[in-house]
Amino acid sequence: MDKIVLEIERYSPEKDRKPHIETYEVPVRKEWVVLDALNYIKDKLDGSLSYRWSCRMGICGSCGMMVNGEPKLTCATFLTDYARGGSRVRIQPLRYFPVIRDLVTEISDFMMKLKKVKPWLIRENGAQPEREFLQTPEQLDDYKQFSMCINCTLCYAACPVVGLDKDFVGPAAIALAQRYNKDSRDQGSARRGAILEHPEGIWGCTFVGECTRVCPKHVDPAGAVQQYKLEASVNWLKSFVLPWGQKHESKGHEDTGT
Amino acid sequence: MRARDMKTQAPKIAPQYTLYHPRWYRERVSTYWWLQQKGYLKFVLREISSVFVAVFVVVTLFQLNALRQGPDAYEHFQHWLRTPVALSINIISLCFVVFHTITWFNVAPQAIPPIKLRGRKLPAALIATSNFAAWLVVSGVIAWLVLR
Amino acid sequence: MEAFSHDVLLIGGGAAGLSAAIAAAEFNPTLDIAVISKVYPMRSHTVSAEGGAAGVIKPDDSLDEHAYDTISGGDWLCDQDAVEAFVCEAPEELLRLERWGCPWSREPDGHIAVRAFGGMKKKRTWFAADKTGFHMLHTLFQTSLKYEPVTRYDEWFTTKLLVDDGRLQGAVAIEIMSGRVEAITAKAVILCTGGCGRVFPFTTNANICNGDGMALAYRAGAPLKDMEFVQYHPTGLPFTGILITEAARSEGGYLVNKDGYRYLQDYDLGKPQAKPVLRSMELGPRDRLSQAFVKEDQKGRTTQTPYGPIVHLDLRHLGEKLINAKLPFVRELCLKYENVDPVKELIPVRPVMHYMMGGVSTDINGATPLAGLYAAGEVACVSINGANRLGSNSLPECLVFGVRAGRAAAAFALEEKVPCERVATTQANDERKRLEVFLNNKAGGRERVSTIREEMQKTVEQSAGIYREGSGLEGAAVKLRELQERQQRITLDDRSHSFNTELTAALELSSMLDVAETIVQCALHRTESRGAHQRTDFPQRDDVNFLAHSLVYRNADGTLRVEYLPVKITRWPPGKRVYGEQLQEPAPEPTQNTALKRAS
Repeated sequence: MDKIVLEIERYSPEKDRKPHIETYEVPVRKEWVVLDALNYIKDKLDGSLSYRWSCRMGICGSCGMMVNGEPKLTCATFLTDYARGGSRVRIQPLRYFPVIRDLVTEISDFMMKLKKVKPWLIRENGAQPEREFLQTPEQLDDYKQFSMCINCTLCYAACPVVGLDKDFVGPAAIALAQRYNKDSRDQGSARRGAILEHPEGIWGCTFVGECTRVCPKHVDPAGAVQQYKLEASVNWLKSFVLPWGQKHESKGHEDTGT
Repeated sequence: MRARDMKTQAPKIAPQYTLYHPRWYRERVSTYWWLQQKGYLKFVLREISSVFVAVFVVVTLFQLNALRQGPDAYEHFQHWLRTPVALSINIISLCFVVFHTITWFNVAPQAIPPIKLRGRKLPAALIATSNFAAWLVVSGVIAWLVLR
Repeated sequence: MEAFSHDVLLIGGGAAGLSAAIAAAEFNPTLDIAVISKVYPMRSHTVSAEGGAAGVIKPDDSLDEHAYDTISGGDWLCDQDAVEAFVCEAPEELLRLERWGCPWSREPDGHIAVRAFGGMKKKRTWFAADKTGFHMLHTLFQTSLKYEPVTRYDEWFTTKLLVDDGRLQGAVAIEIMSGRVEAITAKAVILCTGGCGRVFPFTTNANICNGDGMALAYRAGAPLKDMEFVQYHPTGLPFTGILITEAARSEGGYLVNKDGYRYLQDYDLGKPQAKPVLRSMELGPRDRLSQAFVKEDQKGRTTQTPYGPIVHLDLRHLGEKLINAKLPFVRELCLKYENVDPVKELIPVRPVMHYMMGGVSTDINGATPLAGLYAAGEVACVSINGANRLGSNSLPECLVFGVRAGRAAAAFALEEKVPCERVATTQANDERKRLEVFLNNKAGGRERVSTIREEMQKTVEQSAGIYREGSGLEGAAVKLRELQERQQRITLDDRSHSFNTELTAALELSSMLDVAETIVQCALHRTESRGAHQRTDFPQRDDVNFLAHSLVYRNADGTLRVEYLPVKITRWPPGKRVYGEQLQEPAPEPTQNTALKRAS
């Protein structure tokens, strides 16, 4: 049976000042993902290895880690991709987050940033439809891609601005704001704009584009941010040129169902 | 186990327990972060290429100025263009400007809201390709004007 | 020591937990509400649900029909008053979610689209592509961020419920990050911790589904109900156990054996048609489909693979366009984990443990017999699912009973006085000592968590799978007792306090062992076959003795006792479960002429 060596970054705050690498040898099975290898280590070799995981099907977003320097969901990354004769796999916690222990990162800052962008449906004038809001499949398409985010924070591990500027809101938060801005039922883009049109919001992004490259759900947060920048600029220009009666446009018509 | 206050301002979501927790490890981001990855290096080079776009603009301004000052000045300018310094500046700048154009055309579809034709989004490849096509056409026209 | 004190405490932050928290906050904005979850809420297992959520909104449908489908699907073990309340409230709750921004899939005119689902006579399953649970959970979570009175304890592991004087006083929990143990007192506690799939070796459930809430209630003295009813979903991917949603069949997929034959026609499920026929063939109820697989395997007509016997799900005739529009996640999962493209190839599938119909016994408002303790969602058993749950009933169940439990708990909390702190502190200190001793356990025994867990899973699968029989169950009960002894001698590799996942795994194992014992005992005592509980030694349904729920209690010495509680029948007397074209006539009329009226 083929074997592969995993180099795992370990850190225990009770014993260590900084992380160090420990190596483990793990069998390679063709249907195994990196997460299966970690579970094998925890079950059979070293029960003290700590990491997060849950659904093992790429939808909960718990198991993000750096695998050979790339942010990946370990439940969706096959071991055989790395097992070419004598190769080693280096597993580290996601970059740019504080590390609590071994492969577990501290994400309360990320949770705070998510909340900051007001990621809920905002209705300004309070009118609720009797049944459902009408929304055509085309209108659903406008924001569907941005609604696919599983909050795995791989994009934060890929974004150098997140690493260099602790206050930058970050790709997933802005994509989530855009998900609501572009939802035909929402009327809150002015409120979100007030928070995000800011050096720590959309203007902090320099369009490196790594976030989109690593996103496992193809949300395209870089696209979300750039489109937001374009809209914000156009709106700002409009407020200059047509200052009277200009508000952030409410999307299309306000359908309230039958 | 040592506990140390790390945050003076706990986030609203987790008000109580962040006052008591073990020492988190924070890796310092290196000044050479942009060398750690291909994607980062490409990004930094793309950003630097705008400097060379500016260089081209400045050279063109000097050219226009020389034109304005008359045939002698222009002759002098063209002579300068043939010196090794000017040649290297122009060649390096040309490489960066081409790199700049290619990278920007490739990401252009991401930066604009999706364009819909008959209810379907235009594919990104189409937008990028039409930019390149337009570039080639305009370059071709200008080249023909200049070289005929 | 800081004292954490709230009015209403939710344990679990999935669809039921967040619905309950929001409902309690809206019921009375002055209440102090807390949600403890051992994972961040968006990781809750609700997120993996794919197929859809059933709610009657189309003009050709009626509440009575949804109720009848649910009751007959549950083989008449459902409490009919609860089912009636459920079918009335489900559409309202789903609409409320829509108004909060949930991206339900739509018809071209903008109205909410519905699709067919197993065991239902009409199309009434709302869906958000094939990631319904994901969208519902994220909508609920993001909306819950608006409510200031809700405090969250993310990544705190609840180890014990505090009970004093026959009343709930709160809970003791470990902050996983730091390892500190705290008592959190509350006037009312709602358990929303989900199911217990990881008791079985092959399951669609995530790692976090260990029946923690069921064990907490059970140890606190509340009974568990109907634990023998374990649902096997007919289509899971081999090896991983990843779920292939029922929606693949409702859009028209076929189940074929190794000869390419649609074998369900041999099992009283109707005749195969080109297009899906509701309540027939592949759209039959899940228990019958899983049982058909086992019989097919016994006849030698399944394909053998290194991961066990499989059959195939054929979606090729649906076409790429439909698969990309309605089943994109299914395609992604098959490509990634099986290297199979459903557009061109057959998907290998086999039955996989999926849902626990049983759980903490509650009434129609989520209240358990223990004052102050409520439960909602998969952890609870009201029961609306009876002996077998219909697909797309579970998500609205979380919403409807989450809201009911939230309001009931909030009302209870407004009446009650503040729990006694001294009691809470004493019990928390005892728990802290117990955990510290366990953490440092070096005395004798070198048992590992993973060894005991694997033995438990194997035992439960062999004895309490799709088909059970008496001697197997008795043997399993003995083995599980032995494993309960052995788990006292677990030695942990990880002695640290900070983010000790081996400790939490050991605590989860102890929950799973308690739950496994209740499953085996209830299965042993129920000497009939009904719905998902099939006994080869008692193959008939027995309405005379067993039209009742099993209630299992923990005795003071740690042994179990099983009692029975009659099912509430209101308007649908027990009948025969009929699927396939035999059901030509409309659903039987309820006994009284008081058809359920829709809300709007």
